[in-house]
Parts: sequence; structure tokens; C-alpha cells
Amino acid sequence: MEAEIVYVVLAALFGVFMAWGIGANDVANAMATSVGSKALTIRQAILVAAVFEFLGAVLAGGEVTSTIRKGIVDTDLLSGSPELLIYGMLASLLSAGTWLLIASRRGWPVSTTHTIVGAIVGFAAIGIGIDAVQWGQVGTIVMSWVVSPLTAGFIAFLIYNSVQRLILSQDDPLAQAKRYVPVYIFLAAFTIVLVTIVKGLKHVGLDIGLTNSYMLAIGIAAAIAIVGAIAIQRIKPDRKAEKKAHFHTVERVFAVLMVVTACSMAFAHGSNDVANAIGPLAAVISVARSGIVGAQSPLPIWVLVLGGTGIVVGLATFGKHVIATVGRKITQLTPSRGFAAELAAATTIVIASGTGIPVSTTHTLVGAVLGVGLARGIEAIDLRVVGRIFVSWVVTIPAGAFLSIIFFLIFKSILP
Amino acid sequence: MANVLANIFGSSPVRPLEKHVNIAYRCARELNRFFAAVVREDWDTVAKIRNKIADLEHEADNLKKKIRLRLPKSLFMPVPRQDLLELLLVQDKMANRTKDVSGLVFGRKMKIPAEIADDFLEFVARNVDAAKQARKSVRELNELFTSGFRGAEVTLVESLIEELDQIETDTDDRQADLRSALFEIEGELEPVDVIFLYRVIELTGEIADMAERVGRRLELLLSH
Repeated sequence: MEAEIVYVVLAALFGVFMAWGIGANDVANAMATSVGSKALTIRQAILVAAVFEFLGAVLAGGEVTSTIRKGIVDTDLLSGSPELLIYGMLASLLSAGTWLLIASRRGWPVSTTHTIVGAIVGFAAIGIGIDAVQWGQVGTIVMSWVVSPLTAGFIAFLIYNSVQRLILSQDDPLAQAKRYVPVYIFLAAFTIVLVTIVKGLKHVGLDIGLTNSYMLAIGIAAAIAIVGAIAIQRIKPDRKAEKKAHFHTVERVFAVLMVVTACSMAFAHGSNDVANAIGPLAAVISVARSGIVGAQSPLPIWVLVLGGTGIVVGLATFGKHVIATVGRKITQLTPSRGFAAELAAATTIVIASGTGIPVSTTHTLVGAVLGVGLARGIEAIDLRVVGRIFVSWVVTIPAGAFLSIIFFLIFKSILP
Repeated sequence: MANVLANIFGSSPVRPLEKHVNIAYRCARELNRFFAAVVREDWDTVAKIRNKIADLEHEADNLKKKIRLRLPKSLFMPVPRQDLLELLLVQDKMANRTKDVSGLVFGRKMKIPAEIADDFLEFVARNVDAAKQARKSVRELNELFTSGFRGAEVTLVESLIEELDQIETDTDDRQADLRSALFEIEGELEPVDVIFLYRVIELTGEIADMAERVGRRLELLLSH
């Protein structure tokens, strides 16, 4: 029994450390777009991120967590030796943490999700046996890493194209913006709320049926859109600033929209990425508690809360500096462009979260930014960096796998 | 620590291009005061302004080099890189011509004959107007990028360019008039001075020509 407590404490420590790292680094990508476009101040961004990352993690983080926890390793094969799963998950957390530390020191654009999935596949395939990996599921996940940036890019392209046609290319863009931006707010809120209700509420023990879900989502989204519309009506043109940039006031209207998409993005990020930290932890807890592998124990909600808290602490300690730095660098992403990217990415990620697929938030967002770029919205995109992302994508999986195999073998020989 | 999202954005050439055209215009604008001083034969002031023009031209040149260096082939932009580089080049030439003409006048301590002085100063002013209109047009670049090169913004820029063309035509007319006025009195002047006066008129007129070419380059961007 004592050994189990040690495992749980170790896993919790590693998991919270991972969550902290995600909060310190990854969240910046989700929030910096809003700060860079001056839709939010740093302080507001931290607040939005803290609240919505946490909500996303707790309300919609369950599906992905259960995929990481039991969707990749075929737990049936381990029923004879449950401790192997514990060692493996500990090794995965440790190797993901190590790899992310190395990568961020070197400035490589690696993904937390790719690392942890690579690590779990690694220890399972080599440490236990090739058959221990649910290759079908892993295949789906890897496919989604290609599909999610493409989807986000496609949606972002459509959204930004519609913004150009309906608003920016019109004779009176300000009047058009005031008319259409509430509609975009409605769409953004509706998507996020609907997916949360349909996919997330089950985990907190609520199930209200599909029709009711739609009604509720429409209601909440309409309420948010009305609040947004009121805020927009109060924006008065600033003639002096408009002389310098014609779209100054229009962008301020979009900034209202961007507050909503920033919340969506933080929510989406929390719903998908918290699983990277606490999925392995959840697996360790379930084995340690019951002593058997693959028990149908539900995911304890406090684990999600722990992950959410870890992210928020990471955000508060280091994340704000990263947000500030990144925000300063991406001024090209004005609210009209940033919202399109954020909305597309958030939608893609939340749908993936609802389906239980761990995707890379950053890569999805990069895909969305490229989509806006393809709609001729971004002044200059550095394709070398896009290439580097692709390379790191390919390197990360074996690297995570290699490290986790080593840690797994070490744990196996030293732990009781 | 590097961040993917921050690095994916290449340095945008738009603001630097707008800044560059502003420097080129400020350089050309000095010609008004420069030639006024030449007509007054106030050579101290002429020397001072000549230095300022050289400094501004140098500044424009440096910015041009900087923009070029920051525009690698790997950048993905809504308009071809080549078109932007050529726009930059003609913008820079407005400053170059300004420096050339001021250098020539200052170096030879040239005098503008009183008979054509007023017309000549007006001719210079119109060339500076052309440069100013070029600046006004290029300053719409940011809005053009935002609106994806379509709609109302394109119409606006087209009208700005049309206005620029009109100014350039006006400078051409004035240039022709000035030449014939000079022809009338050239017998009374030193032959070498006359040759260089024609040269000064030609070089000054090229500022408006370059401004017009800025307009042509912008039009090319619009057609993408």
C-alpha cells in the first residue's frame, strides 16, 4: 500500500510540474494573439486565461484525459503486472518534461502533445511489447496532427475571407463591422458552448439531452452576442487616429470580438492540453487505487482541478512574461485577423477535445494563422519557421519515445 | 526562448516601406528651400540644406538596404516580393534625384537666371507635390494589406494614383515651358551654364517621374 502512495505522489508531482510548464509556455500561444493585437492588456489576458483554462480543463478536459490515460496503451495486456503501467506513465511524464525543457532551451518549436504521446507509445512498444500499443488509436491521433492544422487553416481562411468581403472592402467598414461583428460573436460563443455542453457536462455529471443542449447553447451565445453588441455600439470613431490608419476604429470593434475568441481559445487550450499533464497521473491513480489495470473507475474530478490549477500557477509565475514577449512580436495580427485565427483554432481544438483526440494547440493555431495568410491577410509569414515546425514534429515523437524507454527501464529496476 | 507563434511572422515590409517613402519625400521637400536659397544666392544656407539632403538620402539608402535584408525569399506575402522591392527602388530614386540635382547646383554654384526664377521655383514645388502624393499613396499600403487588396480601399488608392498622374503631367508641361523660356534667353548666358541649367531642369523633373513610377508600382500591386 505504501508503495502506491509513493507512486501517486510522484505522479502528482510530475503531473503538476508538467501542467505548470504548459501554463508557463503553451498558454502564451493561446493568449498572446489577444495581447499582441491590444484587445486585452496583459493583466486581463492573465485573468481570462486563468478562468477559462481552468474551466476548459475541468468542464471539457475529460475526454482527452481518458484517451491519454487508457486509449493508447492496451491495458488488458497489463492485467498481470499493473506496476508496469505505473512505471510507464511516470516515465512518460518525466521524459515529456525533460524533452520540453531541452527543446525550449534550444528554441525548438515542439508540442507538448506530441511529446507525451510519443513517450507513452515509446514505453509501451519497447518496454512492454509492440502489441501493447493500440496502433489504430495512435494512428487516428497522428492523423489528427495533420488534419487539425489543415482544418483550422481552412476555417480561418473562410472566416477572414468573409470579414474582407462583408466588412473591410466595403465603403463604410465601420457600419458594416458594427452590423456583422455581433454575428461572429454569436458564432464563436455558440460553437464553444455547444461542444462543452454536449461533450463536457457528462464528466461533471450533467446530461441534458441534445435538443436542450442546442437551446441552451443558442441562449447563452445570444446573451453574449447582445452584451458584445452593446459594447460595440458604445465605440465612437477616433478621427485623429483614423487619419493614420483608416481601420483604427474598425479594429476596435473587432477587439470586442477578440475578447470572446480569447476566452474560447483559453477554454479550448485548457480542454485539450491539461490532459497531457494529468492523463498519465489519472492512469497511475486508477491503478494504484484499485490495484488492477483497466478498471472502469471514473476520472476523479479533483485530478482535473489539480491540472487546471497547475496551469494557472504556471501562467501566473512565468506565463505572463512569455505572453508579453510573444504579444510584442505579433503585432501583425490585428484584431480582425487575430480573431479569425483564434476562432478557427479554438473551434478545431474544442471539437478534437470533445472527440477525445489530443491535438497540438500551437500547431493548430499556426495552421489557422497560415489560413489567414492565404486569405491575403498577413503581411509576411516566415516559411522557414513553418518548415522548422514540421521538422520538430518529426523529431519529437522518437525523442519522447526514446527518453521514456530509458526512464521506464530505470524505474523498473529501482522502484519496488 | 524562441516561440513558434512569434517567429512565424516575418518582419512585415509594410511599415518600413511607408517609413522609407516618408524619408524620400522629406528629402525631396528640401528642394523648395534649397532653390529659394539658390535664387537668393545665399550660399551658406544652400550648403546647409545640401548637407541635410545628403543626410536624408543616406538615411533612405540605409533603410532601403535594411528592408531588402529583411525580405528573404522564404517570406510568404500577399503580393510578390519582387514588386515590393521595385516599389522600394523607385521610392529611393526620388531621394537619389534630389541629391543629384542639389549636388550639381551646389558644386557649380549655379545661378538661376532671374527671368525664369519664379517659374523654376514653381516647377520645383510641383515636383515636390508629386513626391508628396506618392507618399500619400504608399501610406495606404497598410490598409491595402488589411483589406486584402480589394473593395473601397482599392478605389481610394486608384484615385490617389490618378491625382499623382495629373501632378506629373503638370510638371511635364511646366518643364517644357521652362525649357522654351530658357531657350529664349540662352544667348545671353554662358554656354556651359546653359547646358547645366537644362540638366538641372531635367533632373528635377525626374523626381516627379519617379513619383509617378511609385504610382505605377502600386497599381501593379493592386492588380494581384
